[in-house]
This record gives sequence, C-alpha cells and structure tokens, in this order.
Amino acid sequence: MRVVVNGETVEAREGATIAELVERLLDGSGGRGVAVALEGEVVAQTDWEATVVNPGQRLEVLTAMQGG
Amino acid sequence: MSDERTFELAGRRLRSRLILGSGGFRSLTDLEHALVASGSEILTVAMRRLDPRSQGSVLDVAELLGVDVLPNTAGCSTARDAVRTAQLAREALGVDWVKLEVIGDERTLYPDAIGLLEAAELLVEDGFTVLPYTNDDPILARRLESLGCAAVMPLGSPIGSGSGIRNPSNIRRIVEQATVPVILDAGIGTASDASLAMELGCDAVLLASAVSRAADPALMARAMRLAVEAGFAARQAGRIPVREYALASSPDEGRAVL
Repeated sequence: MRVVVNGETVEAREGATIAELVERLLDGSGGRGVAVALEGEVVAQTDWEATVVNPGQRLEVLTAMQGG
Repeated sequence: MSDERTFELAGRRLRSRLILGSGGFRSLTDLEHALVASGSEILTVAMRRLDPRSQGSVLDVAELLGVDVLPNTAGCSTARDAVRTAQLAREALGVDWVKLEVIGDERTLYPDAIGLLEAAELLVEDGFTVLPYTNDDPILARRLESLGCAAVMPLGSPIGSGSGIRNPSNIRRIVEQATVPVILDAGIGTASDASLAMELGCDAVLLASAVSRAADPALMARAMRLAVEAGFAARQAGRIPVREYALASSPDEGRAVL
C-alpha cells in the first residue's frame, strides 16, 4: 500500500504502524523530540505501536528546528 | 526596587530579560555562541518536518547550555493549524508552553487578531501556558490577557524588519494596563531598540533576526544583553522629564561679575 509521509508518497506493508513508519524515516538517527500527526490529528507516542496507518493516509512527522 | 531584577514568566523565575529566537543563524555554532553571549535562559524553536539527513539539532544546543526551549507556531495562518502545532510541540518536547503565532499576511507577517484570539482560547482551555505574539494594539492585548494568556508579546514593527518600535505610545498603553508580563516581540534592529522597549516598561525583549543576521551574531547578542539591562535600569531609575527649554545644571548663585 501507499501512504504519504511528510508529503512524500512511500510504499509500506499492509497494516504498518506509525511506530514502523517513524522508525523507517529516522533511519537510525536519534529521534528525540519527535511528534506525529495522522490525517492532521496528533497521535501520542504511547499510541504509535498500536496505530495502523491505512492506505493513502497522511502522516506528518515533526521535530524542533531553528526558527522564531 | 533593586530586587525586581528577576522576573517571573510562566512560573519560571528568570534573571535574563532577553529571550532569543533561534531562527536565521548561519550555523548551530553561531547560535551557540550568540546564546552564551546573550545570557538568555529561553530559546524559541519552530516545529518542522523531520529531516533525518540534518546534522545536529537546536535541541542539543539548548540542552548543552541549560536553556529552556519555547516552541512557537511560526508559519501557522489559521487557529486550527496553530493549535495542532502547539499540541505537536507538547508531544515532541514535553512542554506545555507555547509562543502562539497566527499570521495574517505573508508580506507583513502581522498577526491575524481573530485567529489569534480563537487559538489562544482553545489552547488555554487545553491546559497550555500561552504566550501570544500580538499586534501593538492595547485592546487586543487586554482581550488576550482576559482569555488567560500568561504574557502579551506585542510587535515593535514587522518580524525581521529591523525597524524598531514604530508606535511607542501603544507599547506604553499596553504596559500600563497589563497585569501579565509584556514582552516586546518583533522588529528590533539594534541595541537602542531593545533599550527603548525596556525604557517603555516592557518586562523583556524577544528577538532573533537582529542577532542571527548581524555580521557578528555573538557580538550583537552581547550588545542586546547590555541594552536590555541598561534600558531596564533606566526605567527603574526614573528618568528626568522631557522639557522644551534648557534647565541649567550649574548654580546661578556665586557667579563672578567679570
């Protein structure tokens, strides 16, 4: 199936969870200070393992950057 | 009077009345040096899409220097976006305070007053400590305060413009009525602007571009620290009134007849 992670369409297995997709995006880099919105709704980190992303859904993975 | 040198913001007792924004620095090293020179105890950050290729993090710099991170909602143009961004920041950073920005126009980056009030109300209800970036409008500042915001942060002039404080009278009006800290939040260009903000009675100054885009950011950060201290001391000292004509400082008595 295809999902949209940070604006990019990516291929993922059926039933992939938020935790898996975040892990893949991080690709071994730290990952502290990260938050996630699925279809615009904030999902707490404690729910990442249990939350399945459905085909076509938009996942935003954010962190703190220089700004303001 | 002399022990009003510290001030309280959102439950924190602060020695520095200068808050540094992290935007616009050419490198994290520049940011680090400026942060040290500024003496600031708070650093604002933006929430953006994670880029695993980016080296280092603004969070590392803040942690290294023991500075509190204040997330903002920069770039949000609706109350909905701003509320979501604040909630994401709370998740990501484990903090429940936010510098609230709801931007109404790309050219001026002026706040959208209606969206700002709406977002402030929702965030206060959601348990956030809300520090809103607002127009230099005393009525809007009062409305934000009555909604439960922990400070009001009026602009001096447009963000990044370096134009200083375009309407000092309005800043004075906001200061007169406020019972929460007033933080001059945007438009500072150079040290004298920061001094003026403090002389007008602001509790603190928040700035980024004036330091981050200066030719020598660390030196400008030091200048800002001194300017904020000088302006605050001058305010506490009680300045002389402005007069149209001279008032001699040497005595008239005892003058020789020559």
